Amino acid sequence: MAQTQLNVALYCHSRTAPRVPNSVQLIAENLIIERGGRIIVNGVTFTANAGEVVLLTGANGAGKTTLLRALAGFLPIIAGAIRVLPESGDTPRAEHIHAIGHANAVKAHLTVRENVAFWADFLGPADGSEARTDQALAAFALRDLEEFPASYLSAGQRRRVGLARLLAAPRPIWLLDEPTVSLDAASTAQLADAIDAHTKAGGLAIAATHLPLGLQNTRELRLERKGGTA
Amino acid sequence: MSSFRALVRRDLTLAVREGGAIGTALGFFLLVVALMPLGLGPDLNLLARIASGILWIALLLSALLSLGRIFESDHEDGALDVMATGSLPLELVAAAKATAHWITTGIPLALLAPMLGLLLNLDGAAYPALVATMLAGTPAVSFIGAIGAALTLNARRGGLLLALVVLPLYIPTLIFGISAVSAATLKTGAFESSFLILIALSLGSLVLGPLAAAAALRIQMQ
Repeated sequence: MAQTQLNVALYCHSRTAPRVPNSVQLIAENLIIERGGRIIVNGVTFTANAGEVVLLTGANGAGKTTLLRALAGFLPIIAGAIRVLPESGDTPRAEHIHAIGHANAVKAHLTVRENVAFWADFLGPADGSEARTDQALAAFALRDLEEFPASYLSAGQRRRVGLARLLAAPRPIWLLDEPTVSLDAASTAQLADAIDAHTKAGGLAIAATHLPLGLQNTRELRLERKGGTA
Repeated sequence: MSSFRALVRRDLTLAVREGGAIGTALGFFLLVVALMPLGLGPDLNLLARIASGILWIALLLSALLSLGRIFESDHEDGALDVMATGSLPLELVAAAKATAHWITTGIPLALLAPMLGLLLNLDGAAYPALVATMLAGTPAVSFIGAIGAALTLNARRGGLLLALVVLPLYIPTLIFGISAVSAATLKTGAFESSFLILIALSLGSLVLGPLAAAAALRIQMQ
């Protein structure tokens, strides 16, 4: 609770959103994570460096989603440590991270543009949110759809609106859980381009995916169902 | 504060576009109050005496209908997870959503109350006091309600559970709300003290509600 109060007190001062630093690193050491009394992830250790894409692979139930949610800070870890370097004082880890989960966080009653603009305002710094929204919509070929309510979109289009969040606010670490679900080949290529540009600009991405994204500078981290890395 | 404003603005837009919530609460308020004279008989003196109690209880029940929605849709579509990665602390996320609930439910209900007072033969002198107490008391309804909404987020048929969790917490607000309106009707002079306690309850829940709701949300999101 002390932490919480501190966050509230510091809120006015910590408004400067994290920029993409040049040498970001995400370090996981001996992670043990359980769900419902069962150890899902057992002793996973890895370091993801700036400019790198870590492809998280493994069978269904191997713990990819669990690991990603723990990295994002949604799930507590039993043992081990997760660190983001460089340490940046009072900015919590979650604020360096974009977490794309199975759900798109898209509101059916808002237009495509309103959806993306809200996340640009909410997640990013106040200034330039308009420009970032434009850029994000363009990157995922959503400019033609921007005045449509999201309820009229197809599953793949909704997924793209959800993914547009990645570009609507600058964050150095992207955690992508099955990002290509319901995307067609062209949209998958747009996503790959976005990830590529992100890593070239010094960011890093960890993606759980069954599809090859055709990216360079990737590394595979295979999770076994027992837990642990092979 | 731009994240806070953006969130309140988005929730207000959604409430207007989705439509249902505000209309349902107002309609329910109207119906509950309209049923009372039918059940109690046309004794105007009796109705006038218990009008403040009926209006306050009906208001609480109507507000309860839409409480479950405070976090529900954002939880279902993953938006709550994303908000947890924002720079806005979860406490202020809860506060923003409770504020939006107050604006879309508390204020319309408080403004409708005088019209329903007519149905209950409420003394004309009590109308300003009625609206004032309801405007001052409904923030407590939304902010305490946010705790219950966060606690019952993952519960099936959470609505009923929510009522059981939240209604007992509304008792202080109810007591001082009714006593302020009654004091204004009967001109006993105790209006001011009841009204001030009502404001204190709202201010207290403004602070404690988001803290408790955020703690509950952190557990529910795991």
